[in-house]
Amino acid sequence: MSTSTTTPVSASITTTGATGAQSLASVGLHAWFGKRHVLADINLEFPARSVTGLIGPSGCGKSTYIRMLNRMHEFIDGAAMAGTVLLDGEDIYDPGVDPISIRRKVGMVFQKPNPFPAMSIGENVVAGLKLSGMKVPNKNDVIEDCLTRAGLWKEVKDRLKAAGGSLSGGQQQRLCIARALAITPSVLLMDEPCSALDPASTLRIEETIKELASDMTIVIVTHNMQQAARVSDYCAFFLADEHPGLIVENDRTEVIFTNPRDPRTLDYVSGRFG
Amino acid sequence: MTLIATPVDALPTQPWRRSTSSRLHNLGYGLISLGAAGIVTLISPLAGPLGFYLVFVVVRIALIVPLVARDSIAARDQIMAVVITAGFVTAFIPWASIVSTVVREGLEAFHSDYLFTDMKTTSATDALGEGGLLHAIVGSTIILVIASLIAIPLGIVAAVYVTEVKGRLTRFVRLMTMSMSGVPSIVAGLFIYSVVAAEFGFSALAGALALAVLMLPTVSRTAEEVLGLVPLELRQASYALGANQVGTTFKVVLPTVRSGLVTASVLGLARVAGETAPLIFTAFYSASFSASLTGGAIGSLPMYVFQNFKVGTAEAITRAWGGAFVLLVFISSLFVIARLLASRSRKKV
Repeated sequence: MSTSTTTPVSASITTTGATGAQSLASVGLHAWFGKRHVLADINLEFPARSVTGLIGPSGCGKSTYIRMLNRMHEFIDGAAMAGTVLLDGEDIYDPGVDPISIRRKVGMVFQKPNPFPAMSIGENVVAGLKLSGMKVPNKNDVIEDCLTRAGLWKEVKDRLKAAGGSLSGGQQQRLCIARALAITPSVLLMDEPCSALDPASTLRIEETIKELASDMTIVIVTHNMQQAARVSDYCAFFLADEHPGLIVENDRTEVIFTNPRDPRTLDYVSGRFG
Repeated sequence: MTLIATPVDALPTQPWRRSTSSRLHNLGYGLISLGAAGIVTLISPLAGPLGFYLVFVVVRIALIVPLVARDSIAARDQIMAVVITAGFVTAFIPWASIVSTVVREGLEAFHSDYLFTDMKTTSATDALGEGGLLHAIVGSTIILVIASLIAIPLGIVAAVYVTEVKGRLTRFVRLMTMSMSGVPSIVAGLFIYSVVAAEFGFSALAGALALAVLMLPTVSRTAEEVLGLVPLELRQASYALGANQVGTTFKVVLPTVRSGLVTASVLGLARVAGETAPLIFTAFYSASFSASLTGGAIGSLPMYVFQNFKVGTAEAITRAWGGAFVLLVFISSLFVIARLLASRSRKKV
């Protein structure tokens, strides 16, 4: 059941609503680095306006998987893949698809906060728009709106001209979230966004995630079981006992945490793993 | 009863600082070494300032030796401290000696109009109150500006090709810049002579081209190293926002290393600013003022020094020192200006 193509995660795939959230799905997805097979047959669906947590030990391919969802996988030398990723039913790896247009729809927040050092806080927020050559007539509104949604506005509204690097780690990460929001993605991928942050900043970002889920689809990789339980609607447990990594089990979050089918899932979420 | 006493009258101290007695101790050792060096230089054949310096260092180290038996770690520490300080001072001596000689000798050539006249009507034996090097300053400025305009953009483009585009010719470009940086400057001069000056005659432009050939590999190799310091995550962050390579390179990568690119340019400029050999066949030298790019031979500071030295009269040699002094100040000002530009461009901190 766990790796079948008909996944039980969602009852129905929501098509693009008025809010712009899009559903995402991977079908029979494999990944290689050179000859090393790192992910095998990953089938998952991410319904629009849902939060899905990807959990599992380090090195099981969660980050590789999430990077395949917005075509960042191909930046690594020797990377290869098989299978399809569907954004609202359309294959993002179709040869006719421009990867840039996919990355504008599927935003990403990285594990390490990475604001652009040569830009101010305000410039960082609209960097995505500027970089794709878009004119931003209502720049200040965009900056205020995105920073507010990322939960950072109150802290930085008086120093938008300061360097992005002058913020604390937690603030930088929220700045990166604001930057990802500015390009109005319909899906937001977050690769351990809180792993470098203190509990207070983590809480702020979790609140942000819950607010954002009302109009976008969120996929979050996390090593923090409590975080997965707190923010996600669905969970997928990845494991790579021997290569390659695969999904042991995926279901509604409460099922994964209270009544998982696979004993390995129970061991992992209860901290008895390994 | 208070559990924790609050020291209201606490004064800030730095207990990690060396004590006054240990500093007096060091001062005493220093004085003894000075005295010993003085006596030895007076009574032995080891005379002169260098002998004095040598004896001073040796005695200073010898004074620490008795400590070895008591505390060998501390003794080794002190000996290394003296050796390293002496090493620094030794490296500093040639630099200080060059600068002081150039300043002392160079200032003799100066008079009120030195920076504002040329040598058009002044002969090699004319008194030092006549003639100047305005033509050389202007010529050098023109040649260096043109060379920079050619070599800096090309060098940065080459570095971007190697680090960002990573095109098919990457290895070739890297090999070419490496081998180009080994080209002797006179060969660069001959090359430009054969393709430009032999046909169109001497000119500031030909001189600038020769210097650009020398500047290019320095700029591009330094820029390449600087660009290599930009973390991969920053480029990926840009791509994840839907940027293409042009946007990522010009709006994220290059601005991030702006000051490093200024350093690359300054290093390139420093490499060529004092070059004489490549100018001999290209810009040559003219004693009269000219600000023309293509209007024949033109003066420059290194060639001014070279020409005056070649003439060899007492006045001309003093003028050569004057030129060397102005060249030194000229290059130092370029450094300062470049540094100021680099720090100003990082305004929002």
